[in-house]
Amino acid sequence: MKKSALIPLGIFAVLVVFLAIGLSLKPREVPSPFIGKPVPEFSLPTLMTKGKSISPQALKGEVWMLNVFASWCVSCRAEHDVLTRFINSENVPVLGLNYKDEPKDAKEWLAALGNPYEHIAVDYKGQVGIDLGVYGVPETFVIDKKGIIRHKSTGPVSDETVRNDLLPLILKLREEKG
Amino acid sequence: MIPEIGHFALVLALVVAVVQSIFPMIGAATNNAQWIAMAKPTARAQFVLLAVSFACLMAAFLESDFSVLYVANNSNTLMPTIYKVSAVWGAHEGSLLLWVLILSVWAWLVSVFSKGISPVMLARVLSVMGMIGVGFLLFMLLTSNPFERQFPIPLQGRTLNPLLQDPGLAIHPPMLYMGYVGFSVAFAFAIAAMLGGKLDAAWARWARPWTNVAWVFLTIGIALGSWWAYYELGWGGWWFWDPVENASLMPWLVGTALIHSLAVAEKRAAFKSWTILLAIFAFSLSLLGTFLVRSGVLTSVHAFASDPERGLFILIFLVLVVGSSLVLYAIRAPKLRSTGTFTVISREMGLLVNNVALIAMTATVLLGTLYPLFIDALGLGKISVGPPYFNTISIPLGLVLFSAMGFGLFLRWKKDTKERVFSKVRWVLLFALLIGFLVPILFMTHFDWKAALGVALASWVSLTALLWVQEQGRSPFKLPLSMWGAAIAHIGMAVTVAGISLTSAYSTEKDVRLERGQEYQMSGYSFLFNGVKEVKGPNYIAQQGEVVVTRDGLNVTTLRPEKRNYGPGTMPMTEAGIDGGLLRDLFIALGEPLGKDAWSVRLYHKPVVSWIWIGSALMGLGGLLAAFDKRYRRVRRRIIEPKVANQPEIGEASTKAGEAIA
Repeated sequence: MKKSALIPLGIFAVLVVFLAIGLSLKPREVPSPFIGKPVPEFSLPTLMTKGKSISPQALKGEVWMLNVFASWCVSCRAEHDVLTRFINSENVPVLGLNYKDEPKDAKEWLAALGNPYEHIAVDYKGQVGIDLGVYGVPETFVIDKKGIIRHKSTGPVSDETVRNDLLPLILKLREEKG
Repeated sequence: MIPEIGHFALVLALVVAVVQSIFPMIGAATNNAQWIAMAKPTARAQFVLLAVSFACLMAAFLESDFSVLYVANNSNTLMPTIYKVSAVWGAHEGSLLLWVLILSVWAWLVSVFSKGISPVMLARVLSVMGMIGVGFLLFMLLTSNPFERQFPIPLQGRTLNPLLQDPGLAIHPPMLYMGYVGFSVAFAFAIAAMLGGKLDAAWARWARPWTNVAWVFLTIGIALGSWWAYYELGWGGWWFWDPVENASLMPWLVGTALIHSLAVAEKRAAFKSWTILLAIFAFSLSLLGTFLVRSGVLTSVHAFASDPERGLFILIFLVLVVGSSLVLYAIRAPKLRSTGTFTVISREMGLLVNNVALIAMTATVLLGTLYPLFIDALGLGKISVGPPYFNTISIPLGLVLFSAMGFGLFLRWKKDTKERVFSKVRWVLLFALLIGFLVPILFMTHFDWKAALGVALASWVSLTALLWVQEQGRSPFKLPLSMWGAAIAHIGMAVTVAGISLTSAYSTEKDVRLERGQEYQMSGYSFLFNGVKEVKGPNYIAQQGEVVVTRDGLNVTTLRPEKRNYGPGTMPMTEAGIDGGLLRDLFIALGEPLGKDAWSVRLYHKPVVSWIWIGSALMGLGGLLAAFDKRYRRVRRRIIEPKVANQPEIGEASTKAGEAIA
């Protein structure tokens, strides 16, 4: 047997090894370096009341969510219904981070679609968004009683995300000690 | 009841496939005529059973039988009938059924159009195709049964992925699969030839028309996919180097190499083991594509329901099919000696350049596609490889390929001289360079050397093809179809290349904010935005904009780009407004609402972008003409008359210098 005739087989064997390793990896999960870290401190003006400001301290001791949204974001419109239903049925306090948006547009948007948020912080320049590592709107963070980020979901929240990720996690976190 | 019939037919098809793979193969080895004769009827029964199964699944879709899980997940009662039909192959399970159905169609065709093939060879070919069928049927029945029932039965189904609700995409997968699976015929011929131990020109001659037809389907399938991406995704792009696109491009590149190298294997008895290897590669890459798409090892815009368990199954199957054929190759190849010798200047050499360039391109694409996986597997992080990598490497390789394409047609087999070839084409060469320089200067806004180069190469390739046809000195109607095929396919490639170079260099793209009644000027056109209104489609609600396009005060067209919403749980879809033409496309996509009657609107002016697909259609036509050349049929008749029992000697086909290569 000539050795050169074995070359294709050898290349194929190497390829198979990599493909096999590849099967155990999950390329879609881009890990957020922020999971397990405390929520970055910020103090931002609130959308609804002039002159007031809001910081994550206000929610300390509770299991809460931070939802990044904007009126210009179509996917936010898509998740709005699902998110509202979930928030109301589970009584989850949610801080909405209005991201790079005109406050006037955001108010109109919420007036038309309903406002499920307990607090809304205006991140006009997107500074807090950078601190949170936001790279697409909408994004949703789940934060535990100690103020640690425990989960992040990118893209619109669907009934499936609620059922499989958000709800079980929130129920679990509520059991934990503050 | 109907889904159960479909399921049962699928199980029967598996049983038949097992018989089809075992008995004819053993029969061929032991010279048992009865077992050999089982190949044809089993292949045909296989086709009938799978057609029944497929029809049952389609019936379930047409009746909106939501007790079938797959139907409920991909269809609802509001969907237009055409999309209920195309939803059959709109997701993983059904597309697999289409895959095996098409495999059985090919096997059936081989069993019908096999007059010239010896029964032993045919038995081996159909047996190999049966084995592939066994693998896929097992895969489907064990991990992805499309007929699975559910209870309770939902009143309404979900919807077919809105991206797929489009006429272009309804026929894109069947075309693509006809291509992918079609390469299984050449593969089966190669394996059968190796098993028989007789690698003469005969197998190459038999495999040629089949390879051509498969290649035609793949060409059209890829072109449709790219065309769809262009008008549906709203980015104005037509190729994204996405892993799944690459998965279809690789078999196409190898298939193109195979078509050319089969010509050498048949006519000159050279490239023997190389051609076998290419036949194995073309189909292996189709299988690899299936693995990449359905296992979820790579991230892609083609979000197929992926699942590591399915991935493992395909990987094992891949190892069995490709591994065993490469082992067989390693055993057989050393015994192969290419008897046809050739010199540095010869048509063989031209085709060698073609093969090397195409394989280098394939390797480039394969490496780029799998690189993120390699890096991730080695624990070095997550990266993605972008268009710059692919473009940087494929453009120089394309340069080599297209230069060779022009000379290649004029080269003589075996031995030729530089002077002779050059004397034939020097005026064409000069003329092509001239066109390359003049087109950007005369017709375009500025000079771009890449575009000039692209146009020069395209002119070179198409003019040499025309000159070559003219050179034959015969009436165009008396030329063999295969010559026309080769010339038209080369011209098609040239048209595509010209389209790519010009549209890449001279497209204008603007993202603008337009209020109702506002006008915008671009590339000599004026775009008047008349606002957005809501329209209702059968199963979606769309924001439809109206843009009136004028040029020098004269009305050109009115475009209505849309943004469609197919209901909860789906992403909004853009439906670009396109005014297509031979010389330019105007392309308008609706972006986001910016409040108060203002929208972000994306405008494109794309010169000759349609040439990309016109060229693909020409390539397809060329391939088809070549496949239906008379000589493939003539030879068959010649063999049948003497009733030779074993592989007949038909290798000595005419090897005239002017005879077509494709």
